[in-house]
Amino acid sequence: MFLTRYFSEIAEAVGSLLKGMRMTGYYFTHHKEIITQQYPDNRATLVLPERFRGEVVMTHTDNNEHRCTGCTACELACPNGTIKVVTKFEVNAEGKKKKAVDKFVYHLELCTMCNLCIEACPTDAIRMAQTFEHSVYDRSQLTRILNKPDSKLQEGVE
Amino acid sequence: MVEEIGTTDKGELIINVGPQHPATHGVLHLVITLDGETVRKVEPHLGYIHRSIEKMSESLSYRQFIYATSRMDYLSAHINNHACAMAVEKGLQLEVPERAQVIRVLMGELTRIASHVLWWGAMAMDIGAFTPFFHAFREREMINDIMEESCGARLTMNYMVPGGVMYDIHPNFHRRVKEFIAQFKRKLPEYDELVTGNTIFRARTRGVGVLSKEDAISYGCSGPTGRASGVDCDIRKVQPYGIYDRLDFRQIIGKEGDTYSRYLVRMQEMRQSLHIIEQLIDNIPEGDFQAKTKAVLKVPKGEYYSRVETARGDFGVYLVSEGGLTPYRIKYRSPGFSNLSALDHTVRGQKIGDLVAIMGSFDLVIPDIDR
Repeated sequence: MFLTRYFSEIAEAVGSLLKGMRMTGYYFTHHKEIITQQYPDNRATLVLPERFRGEVVMTHTDNNEHRCTGCTACELACPNGTIKVVTKFEVNAEGKKKKAVDKFVYHLELCTMCNLCIEACPTDAIRMAQTFEHSVYDRSQLTRILNKPDSKLQEGVE
Repeated sequence: MVEEIGTTDKGELIINVGPQHPATHGVLHLVITLDGETVRKVEPHLGYIHRSIEKMSESLSYRQFIYATSRMDYLSAHINNHACAMAVEKGLQLEVPERAQVIRVLMGELTRIASHVLWWGAMAMDIGAFTPFFHAFREREMINDIMEESCGARLTMNYMVPGGVMYDIHPNFHRRVKEFIAQFKRKLPEYDELVTGNTIFRARTRGVGVLSKEDAISYGCSGPTGRASGVDCDIRKVQPYGIYDRLDFRQIIGKEGDTYSRYLVRMQEMRQSLHIIEQLIDNIPEGDFQAKTKAVLKVPKGEYYSRVETARGDFGVYLVSEGGLTPYRIKYRSPGFSNLSALDHTVRGQKIGDLVAIMGSFDLVIPDIDR
C-alpha cells in the first residue's frame, strides 16, 4: 500500500516535470511566440498611443502663438500643485488692460499625470505629450516654463 | 510588542522578514517568532509606505481626491476609482449613462484579470517557479496596452470621474479586447498545465495555511481569500453595484480554505471575469460616456458609503460631507488590511518555508494595507 503510493507519486512527479518541459520545448522552438521588445534599441519604431500621458505641454502655432489666457483653471484643478500660472497685465491696442499669461510654470517632478488640468482647460491650450523618458541629473531641470519666450495669445481666443 | 532581535525566554528565535524582502511584494515588515522551523507568531509592522491618503483627501476637491486611490491598491486602480466616483455620485444623485456603466464594468473586469494574472505569476515565483512569471506578464501586457490606449496610462489610470468616464473608449478597444479574449482562452489551459497540475506546487499548497470559515468571517477577510474559506462575500453578488445585477456570472466559493483553495478560487475568477467581458464587449450601448456635471462639485451635507469588489476583496469608501468644496472626512476600508490581519492566525504552527506560500496566496498589496 505504502509502496504503491510511493511509486505512483514518483511517476506523477516525473509526469508533471515532463509536462513542464514540453512547454519549455514548445517555446524554445516557436520563435513567433517571443514577445520581448528590445526597448532602447527600438526607440525609432516605438509608437505610443495618442492618449498616453507623458508630460504636460503647451501647443504653439507656427507664429509662436499659444491659446493660454491665464485663467488658472488648470492650477485650481491640479491636486498636487504642479502648475503655477504667473499672470501679467497687457495693454492692448484700444488702451485697455488685459490679463495675460507671463509664465506657465510646470513642475514635472510633482506631476502624477492625472489629466485633470487638461480636462479643466477651457481653451485647449495644454495637452499631454507622449514623451516618457524624463530622467535628468538635477531635479531643478524638471521645472519647466511651458509658454515659449515672446509667444503671444492666439487671435480670437477668449 | 516583541523584541526585534534575539531569542525569547522560551528559547524561541525572533527573526525579521522585510521591510526589504522580495517575497513580501513591498515594504512589509514581519517579526516572526520561530520554534525550530515552526512559526509561533507573526507580527506585521506597518507604516513604511504610509502616505496619509485619507487625510490628504480632505484638502482635495471631489474631482481631485479620486486620483490618489489609484495609488493604494495599484493593481485594481480602476475598481478603487469606481468606488470613489460612486460615492460622489450618490451624494450628487447623479444618473450615470448606460454606456459609462458598461465601460466601467468592462475596465474593472479587465483590471481584475490583470491583477489575478500578476498574482498567479508572483505566487508561483514565491513557491520557486520562475517561468510562470513571464507567462503571466505576457497576458498582462495585453491588458496594459488596452488600458494605455483607452485611458492614457497603464497602471494609475484615473479614468473614472464623477458622472462617468474621462473619455470615450478608443476605436481600437473592441478589436483589442477580442484579441485578448482569444489569446487568454488559448493560454489559460497552459497556466493550469504549468502550475495547477504540478506535483510540487500541490504538495506545497494543499492543506497548508488553513483558514476556517469562522475565522475568515471574524477577521473580516474578503475577496478570494474569504471566499476560499466558504464565505459568500462577493460584493458584486451580495450588494450589486453598477450593472452587475444584470450580468450572468458565478460567485466562486471554495471549501477547504487552504492555500490551494485560494489559488483555485482566483483561477476560476479569471474565467468568470472573462465571461463577463464576453457578454459586454459586443453590447456596449451608444450614448454619452459622461453625465453633465457642474465645473465645481458640491456634495450636499451627509454621509455616503459605497463598496465595490476589487481583485483583493471588499473595498469601501465612507465619505462625510459638510456641503463644502472638499470632503470633511474620507475613510477607506481596504481589503488588504483585513486579509493581512488573518495572516498571524493562519501561519501559526506552520513551517517557516510555507510562510511565503501562504502570504502569496493572500495576494497582499502593501500600499493598500498602509495607505
